[in-house]
Amino acid sequence: MPVSRFIDGNAAAAYGVKLCRPDVVCAYPITPQTPIVEYIADFIARGEMASKYITIEGEHSAMMATVAAASTGVRTFTATSSQGLAYMQEGLFYAAGSRLPIVMAVVNRSMGPPWTILAGHDDAIAQRDTGWIQLYCGSGQEILDTVIQAYRVAEDERVLIPIMVCFEGFVTSHCYEQVIIPDQEEVDSFLPPYKPPYKLDVEDPMILTTFAPPIHWMGYKKKHDEAMEAARKVIAEAEAEYAERFGRSHGGLFQAYRCDDAEAVVLTMGSLASTTKVVINKLRELGFRLGLLKLKSFRPFPREELKQLLGNVKAVGVLERNYSVGGWGGAVFLELRSAFYKVADGPRILNFVAGMGGRDVTPLEIEAVAKKTLRAAQEGKGEREVEWLLGEIG
Amino acid sequence: MAHLTIEELPSEEYYMPGNALCAGCGESLAMRLALKILGWRTIVITVPGCMSAALIMGASAVPLLVGPFASGGALLSGVETALEAKGVKDVNVVAFIGDGGTADIGLQALSAVVERGHNVIYICLDNEAYMNTGGQRSGATPLRAATTTTPGGRLFRGKLQPKKNIPLIMADHEAPYVATASIGFALDYMEKVKKAAGIRGPKYIQVLCPCPVGWGYHESKTVELARLAVATRVWPLYEVEKGRLKITYEPRTPKPVREYLRAQRRFDHLTEEDLAELQKLVDEGWAELKLKARSAEE
Repeated sequence: MPVSRFIDGNAAAAYGVKLCRPDVVCAYPITPQTPIVEYIADFIARGEMASKYITIEGEHSAMMATVAAASTGVRTFTATSSQGLAYMQEGLFYAAGSRLPIVMAVVNRSMGPPWTILAGHDDAIAQRDTGWIQLYCGSGQEILDTVIQAYRVAEDERVLIPIMVCFEGFVTSHCYEQVIIPDQEEVDSFLPPYKPPYKLDVEDPMILTTFAPPIHWMGYKKKHDEAMEAARKVIAEAEAEYAERFGRSHGGLFQAYRCDDAEAVVLTMGSLASTTKVVINKLRELGFRLGLLKLKSFRPFPREELKQLLGNVKAVGVLERNYSVGGWGGAVFLELRSAFYKVADGPRILNFVAGMGGRDVTPLEIEAVAKKTLRAAQEGKGEREVEWLLGEIG
Repeated sequence: MAHLTIEELPSEEYYMPGNALCAGCGESLAMRLALKILGWRTIVITVPGCMSAALIMGASAVPLLVGPFASGGALLSGVETALEAKGVKDVNVVAFIGDGGTADIGLQALSAVVERGHNVIYICLDNEAYMNTGGQRSGATPLRAATTTTPGGRLFRGKLQPKKNIPLIMADHEAPYVATASIGFALDYMEKVKKAAGIRGPKYIQVLCPCPVGWGYHESKTVELARLAVATRVWPLYEVEKGRLKITYEPRTPKPVREYLRAQRRFDHLTEEDLAELQKLVDEGWAELKLKARSAEE
């Protein structure tokens, strides 16, 4: 029987990992991810989890030991955050370029300096081009369910791409909620044992991470991109099957809420979506035709699906916890605007940069974002294309 | 332990010819000899360097994984742990990593794989500089050696610091087996590899691999240089087991250090005073090593 437990986001991630029975777990502590490392150590110590656990000495090694274990043909898990994620960047390319289905929890925290240990998506967004799938979660239940789905997607032979399961530091990682923990047998039937197509094996020797001459190198990248495209379908399939088996859905690539007849939509990722939902409900009651789009998959970016869904909306306000300094807006905003390039009568797209370095994003602020987006829908132009939510202090 | 003889060496080759390494490469010999001992139930780890350039292009007949420069120890840890998870117990997990990847950028991961006690063999192929990028100094470059980043000019006079002593650092990690070796003493080296393969836990072997390009000598002299380094006591051969240091080969009448140094262009700039200074340092180093060996006997 599935059980319901009152746990935090990190524990939800750890329970999800436990249910997936990785052969090797290798992680290094960093705030606010540390409890994941500890929960898993406890599971192993209590005999509830049979994984081998490498208590590694740093994140660069954490990623590379995980890559090495995955290259040997076993299921692996690691977790990190912010500075640790940046420290493993070289390994991120190795994992993705080697097409290893590693699953990693990334507890999002802004990159210092200025020093902070609090939420921001800028750490994971900075790793956008490493070739990983990135799925952003907003609740404990979503984290647990997404970890299980992530192994299914990553190990699918059409995909074979590592996945970051991202959720914000403290606001999600340390927030306690009721989380339903499914039965082991149910998860086992959803997630079959990993069958690696290639591995280090003395019975069938091969050279992994080989050298590619110029005529082949770009071909590998193209294949990687094609697999990323295929992942859009596989993510949606996995979500549909999961929903059928477990009775819960988080939307796969994204979740649209009250978007059908909406004039304007607020698009956001992770935990901001739940606050936004409350705001949208309130404004709907007052007669404002607003919707919410919670984007879950940033890589692959579901541009065709979003174009279809948002094609009739007059304005989209992208509320996001990251910004590309010297560019013009956050990564999601730029991506969405690019998707709608040359689409006649596409929506006005506005950017609201918020919540980095742990800055609180209040319902009142989100209400203002929603209203500004709606005004842009009605007037055909926004007050500002990119706006920073800095409150009174700045 | 009975000593290996030439007749006993396996004829099988696991290090394939026709690869990208230079004529007279010491590292090539070190990998070939070690793999002869370790055999086909071996997984090889490497990181960027001359050896990876060779192995990655097909020189390795056994499974091979190449990772980032700093990651040697981490790769060993990951492969060994995955094999353990699969219940595979009879596969050697061995790294061939250069002196830069060992003494400099990879030291943290090396220290950690030893500290955690993984059952692996780490073989440092020591050619005393970053030879794959054209010969820049590393922490393992010896005092006064000219490299492209420590030229032997009137003011700079080669590397200003002594060679970092990784074998003793590893011994202080309480690794169950640590050894130095030279490709000029092939049987001694291969015996050490064989011994390492029979011991559980992390094993570290640093094998001196002369480099004709980087050291500046004719490619036919590699083995000669590797023997001269030992005969002059510049590179003593020893092993450390359970903290006990044993010198495995003792040149009866040591040759003067000058003979070794003058055979290489990287020491061309040395003056008579330099030669005297280096002779003195080698003598002192040897005396210290003898003391360690003697205290282990007591």
